[in-house]
Amino acid sequence: MTDSIILELKNISKIYDDTPALVDINLYIRKNEFITLLGPSGCGKTTTLRIIGGFEEADNGDLLFEGKNINNLPAYKRKVNTVFQKYALFPHMNVFDNIAFGLKIKKMDKGVIREKVGRMLKLVNLEGFDKRSVNSLSGGQQQRVAIARALVNEPEVLLLDEPLGALDLKLRKEMQVELKNMQQTLGITFIYVTHDQEEALSMSDTIVVMNNGEIQQIGTPEDIYNEPKNAFVADFIGESNILDGIMERDYLVTFMGKQVPCVDKGFATQEEVDVVIRPEDVKVVPREEGILEGVVRSVTFKGVHYEMMIQSDGYTWMVHSTLMAPENTTVGLNILPDDIHIMKKKVTA
Amino acid sequence: MRFLKKTYVFLIFAFLYAPILVLIVFSFNESKSRANWEGFTLKWYYELFKDRHIMSALYYTLLIAVLSSAIATLIGIIASIGIFHMKKVPQGVVLNLNYIPILNPDIVTGISLMVLFIFMKMNLGFVTMLLAHITFNIPYVILSILPKLKQMNKHLYEAALDLGATPAEAFRKVILPEIMPGVITGFLLAFTLSLDDFVISFFTTGSGVTNLSIVIFGMARRGISPKINALSTLMFVSVLILLIIVNIRMSKDNPERRARIERSKENSRYLPDIGHDI
Repeated sequence: MTDSIILELKNISKIYDDTPALVDINLYIRKNEFITLLGPSGCGKTTTLRIIGGFEEADNGDLLFEGKNINNLPAYKRKVNTVFQKYALFPHMNVFDNIAFGLKIKKMDKGVIREKVGRMLKLVNLEGFDKRSVNSLSGGQQQRVAIARALVNEPEVLLLDEPLGALDLKLRKEMQVELKNMQQTLGITFIYVTHDQEEALSMSDTIVVMNNGEIQQIGTPEDIYNEPKNAFVADFIGESNILDGIMERDYLVTFMGKQVPCVDKGFATQEEVDVVIRPEDVKVVPREEGILEGVVRSVTFKGVHYEMMIQSDGYTWMVHSTLMAPENTTVGLNILPDDIHIMKKKVTA
Repeated sequence: MRFLKKTYVFLIFAFLYAPILVLIVFSFNESKSRANWEGFTLKWYYELFKDRHIMSALYYTLLIAVLSSAIATLIGIIASIGIFHMKKVPQGVVLNLNYIPILNPDIVTGISLMVLFIFMKMNLGFVTMLLAHITFNIPYVILSILPKLKQMNKHLYEAALDLGATPAEAFRKVILPEIMPGVITGFLLAFTLSLDDFVISFFTTGSGVTNLSIVIFGMARRGISPKINALSTLMFVSVLILLIIVNIRMSKDNPERRARIERSKENSRYLPDIGHDI
């Protein structure tokens, strides 16, 4: 990965009918990076992508492509291509003509077009499908045509808007691997939009977590998972137990009436904080060995582990463990200082 | 019970089509009389085509039908795209405004157009009749194109732009082929409506320009000639053929649409949370 920045968003804002869709987005994207915009529906990730693609205009801010401002460059002149959410293949054209569309617009030589399209069909494993109508293809095949149609133009940046959203789980996993491979072999910058955190974690170099039109955190998948910046990120990236706590002093926090050592510092004394603990970091131990006590309310087998809901005072803990405690037994809960994540309370607007 | 049902349907169609059937049969009748059959002849058709007055009316009817439906289709395409991209409330208002001329009695449309043309100091004749036909055709064209636009994947246009097409190219190469079935249906519908219009034409024409309906009306007042039967038969048959074409086209569209809906339903089963994301 080189360090040269290909795309930069500066103070981008967008308002739809009085509701802010994007609030002061600042983001840079490096060449050959696989970057994912991750967030729930309505968080602004698709709007961001559409602004980069040129289908939507920002109300404020600048969009720089290789250092040049492209705010006013129309979509058809931008060196980016898009794979749309529901493919948006041209139904009246066959597979070949769909993929060749961009090249024909550029008035390329017919022989060159045939060769390029042929190479793309091979890349997406659709050799021999050129004459087929796109309506006769399965979802996965349509997806591949959409990717080929975008990639054949050799874009500098490929935008993907929930490209695997319509596929079943197994096909989705396969396509994730294929997309990642394509991105690495072709050396193209991918900007990928999804609401699926697993997909984001497994494919991306960088993840941008968004909510309510604001960027919550930017980082590598490991950073985002291990060091979530706030309770929203922690909850969205994997499941979490989030409790109200009070910081006594550095390295000591109170939650559920217990003072527990932790590894965080730098908060004000008596500051109200969010205490975030991953379900797999809660250890189930015999009653007398735990710092907390709870009753197992339900146990669900999840394959690799059991998911237990354990009620302790007013809070129900979600616990993932390979060992199972039977329902209605009272158990102890232990949490290591290292597994307690203290986060600033989000200022509720 | 079944017998009753069948009789009922038979009676309905008998009442609907018996007059037309009689008309067609008597257009081939040797005698001028409309009461008795005196043998088969084509002479009324022959005379029909010799009649200068009728041939001139046929010429104007076809010319106006072709011109008015073509122009109405052009305007209709542009209008549909505009309406389609409107926000919900103004779109509803415009669609209702579009419905009113369809529901409005022809005589009101005809007289109001006449009054307007006279007020604008236009001489009633070919141009005014053509304008009138374009006017009453546009709403029908819009109504046949709009559903096609609604069926279309809303990202098709953007996909074309994304691949480097200018807005004009995107329209020509992607949008137009997609809505073409609706455009052709609208054109044929407009053509048919123009062909058989009497009331509006009657009020908006003048100075020797007439269409077939007006000629038939004039002839009928002077006493019925079997030529009218022949002429009406020809008009009925041509309108019938056009309507059959329109209907076949519409039913051809339907299975395709059904398949598309099926597919999207199947897809949506896998996506609990893919609702449009702004």
